[in-house]
Amino acid sequence: MKKSGILMIIGSALLLGLFVFPLWNIQLEAPQYPDPLGMNIYISGIEGEEEFDIQNIDGINHYIGMKKIPTPAEMWEFNTFPLVIGGMAALGALLGILGFFKVIHPNWFLGWLILMTVLGILGMMDFNNWLTDYGTDLDPKAIMKLTDSEGNPLSYKPPLLGSDKILNFTAHSYPKAGAYLMFVGMLLTLVAWWIGKKAKGNEAR
Amino acid sequence: MKNIFKIAVLGVLGLFIQSCGNDASSEGKSGAITSNAAERVYVAPGEHDEYYAFLSGGYSGNLTVYGLPSGRMLKEIPVFSQFPTNGYGYSEETVPMLNTSFGFVPWGDSHHPDISQTEGELDGRWIFINENNTPRIARISLETFETEEIIEIPHSAGNHSSSFITENTEYVVAGTRFSVPYPQKDMAIDQMKGNFKGPLTFIAVGEDGRMNIDFQLKMPGFNYDLSHPGRGDSHGWFFFTTYNTEEAHTMQEVNASQNDKDFIAAVNWKKIQEYVKNGGGEEIDAEYAHNVFDHSTQAATTTMKNKVLTVDPREVEGAVYFMPTPKSPHGCDVDPSGEYIVGNGKLSTDLTVHSFSKMLTAIENKDFDGDAYGIPVLNFDSTLAGTVKEGGLGPLHTEFDGKGNAYTTFFISSEVVKWKLGTWEVLDRQPSYYSVGHLMIPGGNSREPYGKYMISMNKITKDRYLPTGPELEHSAQLYDISGEKMELLLDFPTHGEPHYAAGIPADKIKSKSKKIYRLDENKHKYAAISESETKMERDGNEVHVYMTTVRSHFSPDNLEGIKVGDKVFFHVTNLEQDFDVPHGFAMIGANTSELLIMPGQTKTITWEPKKEGVWPFYCTDFCSALHQEMQGYVRVSGQNSNVPLKWTLDDEEIN
Repeated sequence: MKKSGILMIIGSALLLGLFVFPLWNIQLEAPQYPDPLGMNIYISGIEGEEEFDIQNIDGINHYIGMKKIPTPAEMWEFNTFPLVIGGMAALGALLGILGFFKVIHPNWFLGWLILMTVLGILGMMDFNNWLTDYGTDLDPKAIMKLTDSEGNPLSYKPPLLGSDKILNFTAHSYPKAGAYLMFVGMLLTLVAWWIGKKAKGNEAR
Repeated sequence: MKNIFKIAVLGVLGLFIQSCGNDASSEGKSGAITSNAAERVYVAPGEHDEYYAFLSGGYSGNLTVYGLPSGRMLKEIPVFSQFPTNGYGYSEETVPMLNTSFGFVPWGDSHHPDISQTEGELDGRWIFINENNTPRIARISLETFETEEIIEIPHSAGNHSSSFITENTEYVVAGTRFSVPYPQKDMAIDQMKGNFKGPLTFIAVGEDGRMNIDFQLKMPGFNYDLSHPGRGDSHGWFFFTTYNTEEAHTMQEVNASQNDKDFIAAVNWKKIQEYVKNGGGEEIDAEYAHNVFDHSTQAATTTMKNKVLTVDPREVEGAVYFMPTPKSPHGCDVDPSGEYIVGNGKLSTDLTVHSFSKMLTAIENKDFDGDAYGIPVLNFDSTLAGTVKEGGLGPLHTEFDGKGNAYTTFFISSEVVKWKLGTWEVLDRQPSYYSVGHLMIPGGNSREPYGKYMISMNKITKDRYLPTGPELEHSAQLYDISGEKMELLLDFPTHGEPHYAAGIPADKIKSKSKKIYRLDENKHKYAAISESETKMERDGNEVHVYMTTVRSHFSPDNLEGIKVGDKVFFHVTNLEQDFDVPHGFAMIGANTSELLIMPGQTKTITWEPKKEGVWPFYCTDFCSALHQEMQGYVRVSGQNSNVPLKWTLDDEEIN
């Protein structure tokens, strides 16, 4: 149980990487931008990869009527996500300590992981909803109003994961270090549960 | 007279031989061009050149930037001449750059660029260049590729033996080609001899690049043609070629060519620097402009100065000597080791090379051959290291490859000749098309030349390109000098008349090149940092418009309340912070120029409306898809009208 408790603590502590490293990154590449414009999405806000990238993305997007990239104050997520991540890291660490002293059953670790997974999926859905809104809720006075072959307005939604062509830009959307640390952490909590459960089984035998 | 005749004969003979050679050659005008030359100068689309080359513009007054080996022109940097392309010398911010003690001078003759050095190696901080006509030295930043400072050289005329720098950029040096009364005064021209002087000016360069005249050396009234600093062991010395030691005041082409030998002046500037530090020298009246462009306020200011420290070389023991050098030497070139000083005797077939160490011994032994105006003349044989015999006809300039070889241009015989330092033997010669003036090897004027390429800058173009009427651009040629023989790879046209060039490996500066000016560092007096700060202000008949640009509109774009007879100042700030998104500004009927404003910059142009009406302005740089829509109107009312000032964007007043 000691080993699994320690793994649980380390695993949940890795969530804290999200406070330092970006969760996601979207890059916009075009012939005119040999150095792509890029935004790093943190749990507490969106920053340009280079200092003026956000300003320049906004500048380009105004032609097709896209809204400006929101500031932390403009999206409740950027206040809530840090609380959720911080809370989950603290909870995981607490469970790990309790597990370490054999106060609780390792199944609690699995419980934490399930909760974290559900929250993660909700987060991704929310993120996807924002991307959809960002890419489709366009200013009716937009300078360029482009439609597809059926006459519907074009969507400028960047992909949630992967690369996609948006007008002259190719958008690349991929997880970054914060997300990778979180995935590794979650994997560790699964291992913690597995090892803990096996140890429990051995004890019982 | 005899000499001239000989040269004329040789010149004619040379042309004859050359034309015969061409007729006989099946390869036509490309001569011995190597078959894979195209490959070796080809820089694929999107790739960068290996070297920057900065070519002086001569009578364009500017400096052009090329890439080597492609020969592609990358930029023209305005320095001494007005440049309507971007408003330099027209905009309120840059007009002071061209101020002199003679008032505003809109044009210059730029000559010899030289890149700053640290310990004898190119450091790529700045490039300096001299103006020959109204003597000035400019400093150009190699981060912004913009002229940052221009200092006028008082008491000088024909600022030609300039702007060469010492190996730690302690000094940039400016000599006087046309000796003049010192200080200027009204006197009979034929009284020149013994009465004119040729001051040599040593300008100290600060850590921030700022130039300040440290002292002026009051030299005899010869013509100081070219110069170069010592390096290595000879660091601390400066060498100047002279001609017209005859001190002829008229028909110099004959009268200044009579002496068999003129001089190379060797100046121990460290001694004089010490002398000046200890209070030596005499402060005399002077009048000169010092123009500095401040990147923070984005404006240039002129300070008029009225004193200069002059030093009589005879007062400083051991500071100045003359080395006799045959045939009106032109280029004065010092090899990378600092040991050899080459005098390019332009009316001769030979090159005279002096030895620095022999010069020191001769000085120690007082091996003098009289004096000139109290300055010791060293015995010719005592300093002579060797002579390059029969190199060609009319040697002008020499550069070095760092591998023990030197390359000299021969104007009259129209060729570049490679020879060996120490043995003085000629190793190779290549014809140039035509009448080569200067040549340049990147870093050739330093302890560390990059001996891969050499460019020659030719004075005569003739048939090298498609004809463009009587007036042609000059032509440069690129040679590969990495092998034993020079190989001609490429011809490319140059702008103005390059009198010299400086080259540097691209890696030394390209990463430092600025992409934008930061808006949050813009301290321009009339900057509008956001659209909400745009406005109009009236002060008598002057109207100041604080305007911004962003893709793809001006703010404000409708202006009213301007009257005939007003002087309107358009202060235009480019709000962009993205690389290579300039905006332009042009106003119908403006008697100035356009503005080309880089991201984060503010520039000002004036307009004096003469007619009532509604007059458009627009963006001149194709900035975006909506560039054509980037336009606005100014309403101009009658002189006595009382239309109030009103500035709007999208019909909304801006506060």
